[in-house]
Amino acid sequence: MGDLLIRPHRAPARVQLMDDPGPLGRFGEYGGRYVPESLIGACRQVEEAFRSAWADPAFRNQLAGLLATHVGRPTPLTPAVRLSAELGVTLLLKREDLTHTGSHKINNVIGQALLATRMGHKRLIAETGAGQHGVATATAAAMFGLSATVFMGERDIERQALNVFRMRMLGAEVVPVRTGARTLKDATSEAMRHWVGATEDSYYCMGSVLGPMPYPWMVREFQRVIGDEARRQCATALPTAVPDYVVACVGGGSNAAGTFAGFVDTTAKLVGVEAEGGAGASRGTLGVLHGVRSMFLQDDDGQVLEAHSIAAGLDYPGIGPEHVHLRDLGRARYVTVDDAEVVEAVVRLARTEGIVAALESAHAVAWVIRAAADGTLPAGSTVVLTLSGRGDKDISALKELL
Amino acid sequence: MKLPSDHKILMPYLTGGAVADWTDHLRALIDAGADAIEIGLPFSDPTLDGATIQEATHAALTRGATLRGILTRVSEVAGTVPLVASTYANLVVRDRDFCGNLRDAGFDGLIVPDLPLEECAEFENQDLDLVLLASPATTDERLDEIARRSRGFVYAVTVMGTTGERETLAASAADLARRLTNRCELPVLLGFGISTPAQAAQAAQLADGVVIGAAIMRRVLDGAGPAELGAYLRSIREAMDEG
Repeated sequence: MGDLLIRPHRAPARVQLMDDPGPLGRFGEYGGRYVPESLIGACRQVEEAFRSAWADPAFRNQLAGLLATHVGRPTPLTPAVRLSAELGVTLLLKREDLTHTGSHKINNVIGQALLATRMGHKRLIAETGAGQHGVATATAAAMFGLSATVFMGERDIERQALNVFRMRMLGAEVVPVRTGARTLKDATSEAMRHWVGATEDSYYCMGSVLGPMPYPWMVREFQRVIGDEARRQCATALPTAVPDYVVACVGGGSNAAGTFAGFVDTTAKLVGVEAEGGAGASRGTLGVLHGVRSMFLQDDDGQVLEAHSIAAGLDYPGIGPEHVHLRDLGRARYVTVDDAEVVEAVVRLARTEGIVAALESAHAVAWVIRAAADGTLPAGSTVVLTLSGRGDKDISALKELL
Repeated sequence: MKLPSDHKILMPYLTGGAVADWTDHLRALIDAGADAIEIGLPFSDPTLDGATIQEATHAALTRGATLRGILTRVSEVAGTVPLVASTYANLVVRDRDFCGNLRDAGFDGLIVPDLPLEECAEFENQDLDLVLLASPATTDERLDEIARRSRGFVYAVTVMGTTGERETLAASAADLARRLTNRCELPVLLGFGISTPAQAAQAAQLADGVVIGAAIMRRVLDGAGPAELGAYLRSIREAMDEG
């Protein structure tokens, strides 16, 4: 009965940042579990299973093994030699673009699929926008012999036909969502509706540090491998061992959360880069969507707005609750770049380093380029930037733009 | 709010602003024997609603319905039967004056499906009766807490799913109704998937009353006028009273 006696409260102040948010999933005043009563039991089961698995060395070892054999971890920390020289800073790229399936999304999905298997589930449900999380989910489902149902907005299905084909080839069912603007926000709503009626046999595999407790915490923990690896790699790559800046793009914020987790207890300045048209931290206001209390783009009447970004993966009108908490504490700052800067950054990185980054990841590159030019990044700064994904999926879009 | 105890409670639902003459529909429902009315305040992302109420919500927002506009028109009918607002947590948490504004407009209660026990404390004992929901998956421990903390009535969600019409009353309805009525002094109303007079009569036998939502909104979206909607609700009322 003890855990049912719930009183209004704030989470106690933590010395340790990016730690366990407790059973209520609070990151300061954000987070929580804003789901219908029908989903409370399912969320609790996922939380209990994750707590037990994450404390179990056998689970951790199995996951680490899969990340090595199937994902290609550890990913390199690549010195961007020529771009660094041009910018007058030392830029190191954490290469999530080199993972299996081409983005950091796979780190989280392998973890959750392993957890789903441990819980005895045979089916994964997921939402996807650009299709990267959907492809990762379809991939993990195939690896573990699970079935997968991916909800995707009809408009995104049209824009991302190749990823839809890829998911279906991997054996996943892709369900078109025809409500609202027919993009990621609507796909997430529809996936949650479906979950309400499928909790018995299905596991909801959320793609970002969003949703009800335990998802924001669990997804950050599954992604922290990015930051933990980068921290170790910095110890040998940098004379100072710790960079001056750590930069990552932010939609919901999973690659940034995983990256920041490795550096939050250091002196490194943490910078999250949002899309101008999808800037939950920079332009959002307090709200609740898809099970979590955080910052969302919304009108004066509380209707949630559609995000607009050249990068479909950043096309979400909110941001993970822990990011807002880090911002409020002053531990991380969040900035925006616009579509034009992003396209320029893709080209510049390609021509200086031979790396074609995803449009999402190029947001982080674009900010570093701007900040080095305007002095926000002092000359000689050391910068770790998480390159969350590769640009193959964006080639046809870029072809139209360039 | 005061709900009748001498007969089974009938609470129809109407999405505020879904059609131009929605307050005429509201009056017709009251005239047809509604004991209370649930008025949906449209939210862009109704994650617990099925296709019909999603469509009604979309229609309302497309028509330009606003919270302020709906509250103004609700005050026209306030004072007749208890009025219960239902909406999603976003509208509630973002606005300190939300509950007070609803009270001022004449609302008696509030239903917020994505505001479970863990999150609702700051909105309890405010100006409005905060009605809590229970589902077939809710444990007995949680039902005890819901029965203790809910105000006005307890909303029993009969099915593990979203709102919407269904062929038959879910088997899970009877079990949940029994578990709730055993421990609850407040009235227990069953909702989700109740659309025909026979289903309403059957559900009313299990608890203290029923909520009818999607079946009403489908008729409204299909163009039913107040008279037609009133006739439909009267058929439900009669079936429940004959029991």
